[in-house]
Amino acid sequence: MTHSPAAEPNEESVYAGLVDVDGDAAQWAFGTGFDDPLAGVDTAVPAGVDRADLAAYCLMLGDDALVLAQRLAEWCSNAPELEEDVALSNISLDLLGQGRLLLARAAAADPESVPPLPPDSPVPAEDALAFFRDTGGFRNAALAEIPNGDFAQSTLRLLLFSVWRLALLEELRGSADPVLAAVAGKGIAEVAYHRDYAARWTVTLAQGTAESRRRTEAAAEAVWPHAAELFAVHPVERRMAEAGVGVAPDAVRPACAAVLDEVLRAADLHRPDLDAAATARGRAGEHTPALSELLGDMQSLARQHPRGTW
Amino acid sequence: MVSTERAGAPAQADRAASDRRRARQAAAAVTDPELPMLTLADLGILREVDADGDGGAIVWITPTYSGCPAIGAIRADVDRALRESGFDSVEVRTLLDPPWSTDRITERGRRLLAEHGISPPGPAPRGDGPVPLSLTPRRRALHCPRCGSDSAELTSEFGSTACKALYRCTACAEPFEHMKEI
Repeated sequence: MTHSPAAEPNEESVYAGLVDVDGDAAQWAFGTGFDDPLAGVDTAVPAGVDRADLAAYCLMLGDDALVLAQRLAEWCSNAPELEEDVALSNISLDLLGQGRLLLARAAAADPESVPPLPPDSPVPAEDALAFFRDTGGFRNAALAEIPNGDFAQSTLRLLLFSVWRLALLEELRGSADPVLAAVAGKGIAEVAYHRDYAARWTVTLAQGTAESRRRTEAAAEAVWPHAAELFAVHPVERRMAEAGVGVAPDAVRPACAAVLDEVLRAADLHRPDLDAAATARGRAGEHTPALSELLGDMQSLARQHPRGTW
Repeated sequence: MVSTERAGAPAQADRAASDRRRARQAAAAVTDPELPMLTLADLGILREVDADGDGGAIVWITPTYSGCPAIGAIRADVDRALRESGFDSVEVRTLLDPPWSTDRITERGRRLLAEHGISPPGPAPRGDGPVPLSLTPRRRALHCPRCGSDSAELTSEFGSTACKALYRCTACAEPFEHMKEI
């Protein structure tokens, strides 16, 4: 390949869109150079809403999405069939997008929620939150972080997660925070596809061969114990619900039970106990060792280059 | 000074109006990086365009899916298109609400999708209540973009990009993509 040093800077070429013409944040090649997902969005915190609580609440919902996105991405090139590989990667990408929006919203609501980086670091706030927080700073529920296991275990986890998340997002459409309401409104159609995908696979696996049945029953044993935590209410969630901004997750328990019953009846599987005593450990930053390993994978490169431009 | 201002105001307003038209034209002609036969206007991604008559332009776009990686490219392309049209201060803003829907794709956009082998979306599900669970593949009235047959089977609700499902035509046996309703 020859290179012409005399080429005009604005010469039309297939690479034209990759060139950072003005040295601003518009460079995007190959998914890098992330620009602000909330550019131009009014991120003022509504009057009377506590900004630290709002940021913490957005981190909870954002970390659920980000951590499960990372787990699902582990299936990329490893799924049982090409179609499932593509499906799980798509679902991961949707959740990554939701996570970005929510982490960016947290950063805009309360800049103090963002870990400090060197003053000359070009890392945007949502990346600082994703890559520079330690395990104890993550506020996702344990369900999002447990290892993938086999395809049956990943399917049951996705079913439980998306039934719960969809119910939360449906309530959040009415949030007093217009940004949160918009992010939720956008995510609903996406998560509905995720839920239906997981629900159909749950029935297929549970009613399939003796081997798929055996694996699905084992998956239920591994995943269902994490269900009750999803409905335990953290003080931040309680306060945000009282302020009309968030949802206390115990409020969506009946809706989740009804949807799960419909799927699990068709699959002939028992439903997880949604009423069991549980504390919101993940919301408080208490995690299983699996999250540290996941974050080690996800964060190590970014942390080696706190001034890196990607 | 005062008389200059009096004379200047209408001229400024005229310039702003003509700049707005020009900015809208430039932004509307930008093509989607993953569906290059369609413009942002065809897809309904372009929401609003404003210009101040003084070299500044603001464009509002709406992302399709929360995680759509094309949005960064689209922002950069809009920015470049407007600068090439002579605007020296360009701002591309995100509009999240109301969320993008496939219902925003124009008739021309739907025709172009079909002409390029992608089955266009049907009406998007609507309603503010809970989204009903669907344990069987959702039924869609669609036609194979190659042979026109209305018999096709769903291969997967997830395709090469976030916005597409995969089908196989049972008449001509060719696989094709369908832009799924959202």
